Amino acid sequence: MRTDVLVIGAGHAGLAMSRRLAERSIEHAVLERGEVANSWRSERWDSLRLLTPNWQSRLPGLGPAGEDPDGFRTMPETVSFLERYAKRISAPVRTHTQVTSIRRAEDGYAVATTRERWKARAIVIASGACNVPSVPAVASDLPPSIASLTPFQYRNPRQLEPGGVLVVGASATGVQLADEIQRSGRPVLLAAGEHIRVPRRYRGKDIQRWMDAAGILDARYDEVDDLERARTVPSLQLVGSDEGRMLDLNALAEIGVRLAGKLAGLRDGTALFSGSLANQAALSDLKMNRLLDAIDGWAAEKGIAAPAPERFAPTRIETSPPLSLDLEKAGVRTVLWATGFRPDYRWLDVPVLDRKGRLRHDGGVVADAPGLYAIGLPFLRRRKSALIDGAGEDARELAAHLAQYLGAQRAGIDFDMRSTMSGGTKLTSSVLSASTSST
Amino acid sequence: MKAVAEKQVKNGVNVEALIGAREALSGAPAAARFNWKATSKWIGGTHSRTNIKGFFGLGQDQAHKTEFSFDMDHPEIFASEDKGATPVEMVLTGLAGCLTAGIAAVAQYRGIQLRSVTATLEGSMDIQGILGIDSDVRNGFDGVTVHFTVDADATKEQIEALVAQSQKRSAVYDILTNPTNVTVSVN
Repeated sequence: MRTDVLVIGAGHAGLAMSRRLAERSIEHAVLERGEVANSWRSERWDSLRLLTPNWQSRLPGLGPAGEDPDGFRTMPETVSFLERYAKRISAPVRTHTQVTSIRRAEDGYAVATTRERWKARAIVIASGACNVPSVPAVASDLPPSIASLTPFQYRNPRQLEPGGVLVVGASATGVQLADEIQRSGRPVLLAAGEHIRVPRRYRGKDIQRWMDAAGILDARYDEVDDLERARTVPSLQLVGSDEGRMLDLNALAEIGVRLAGKLAGLRDGTALFSGSLANQAALSDLKMNRLLDAIDGWAAEKGIAAPAPERFAPTRIETSPPLSLDLEKAGVRTVLWATGFRPDYRWLDVPVLDRKGRLRHDGGVVADAPGLYAIGLPFLRRRKSALIDGAGEDARELAAHLAQYLGAQRAGIDFDMRSTMSGGTKLTSSVLSASTSST
Repeated sequence: MKAVAEKQVKNGVNVEALIGAREALSGAPAAARFNWKATSKWIGGTHSRTNIKGFFGLGQDQAHKTEFSFDMDHPEIFASEDKGATPVEMVLTGLAGCLTAGIAAVAQYRGIQLRSVTATLEGSMDIQGILGIDSDVRNGFDGVTVHFTVDADATKEQIEALVAQSQKRSAVYDILTNPTNVTVSVN
């Protein structure tokens, strides 16, 4: 089979890309290993709702969604939302077609799948940023008597043995799981490394409404001080909740969750925690307050009518948080690794990964591989790039670049992938700046 | 945050060199491997002297401009002769030096002029541990507190952020707050 562009993955990013290619009448197909919105169907826990409100799923060509704009979709609702979108834009999706290899070929790429073999002049990788749970190496030191679960395996507290649970990681996943597991009657110890605290609602609006309106989510990748940092920053401590509740370490402590520092090691069945929790909490409070300062400053400048600014009590950390815990003695039956996710590129037989296995790209343009693009990765082109809401604008810009590439290739002109991004982008290496900028 | 270029701040830290090093080392991670070294000699009683001169980094042996020498002993209430600071006080010394250097570097990068930075450190310890009186008591510190007083051209929040960031990037803070494998051999 032959086409101009193959989009790998029919999630929100791949579908938005398909729409942008269709707008330019670029022939393409979307290869999907399972069904549309596959990860949302099969790799999420039962209670999860989107962290962004419904209004913030502005996909190109979507039209009115007909839902409560301020609600938060459940996973089944997210799946049907994306199914409706795929139908609406008539995306040429080929389901149950798992890519097993992509390699360079003359005039483009050869793509092997579990069904047909394909040739394409360009590829857009839209297979997601969260294909594999990142579990730290210390997990292998866990005593075999204690269950070890990733968020991909976790569905709800009922699947856990009665007894204590150590949740490792305090970003969006970790705080949500700690919350529902503690409420199920299983005492939780939460090991918290770096994390970012934010209120769900602020001055009468959802925090995403403020960040969107103030342009914070539109910050571009070639304008931030430290792109490396921006791309690896932990997810905000948010839960999609109609009650608008704030789910920070204070809220968890209030329902009885015990807090410890980052899991630093496991020795003879004893978990060792870093003594840095107080500073991690201080950093998190400072970050939240800087975000709120930015919002307040913007609201004042624009004369936005809203309830008065507020500041939240600092994170309360006990004087001497636990530094070690004999897991069996303490009755811990399960360890849940909420330690992040990473993409899976095992099928990508093109040498474009860095030494840490990450795709080397400049705003989604893989400069070392003509015709290769990526979308849907953290801070790909702007702060909102990994959100459903970020896919449309990234796809528009990448489709423009891709169209130029295809045109030059057809005309037999050498095309420098680095040269023609709209908006005059810089290479990522020139945006390197010291880590001292990060708080 | 791009204040380096915009504002003349003199904290005596060459941030451009540090940024250059970071950029160079991200491309050559092997050169980032450093080995810090010390040699120590027993003088007598509980008195010992540690000398610092050479270290390894950027792919080769390096050396300080001069050799530094540190005497360590214990105070007279330990029936010692008090010819130097105690080793645990040297640990506090290391933490103070590391966090203070971090504050200066971060301040320079952020364009914040420092006027004074002072720190008071305390490490608390129940010596029943080291004396072998109670095996449930650990030998080392059961807590360390550091109190900084910083006078700078900056808001309270900016100063708090300096202090927090210096902890985040501090080697000695990491050494104290996280476990480290220590291998001791003898011939």
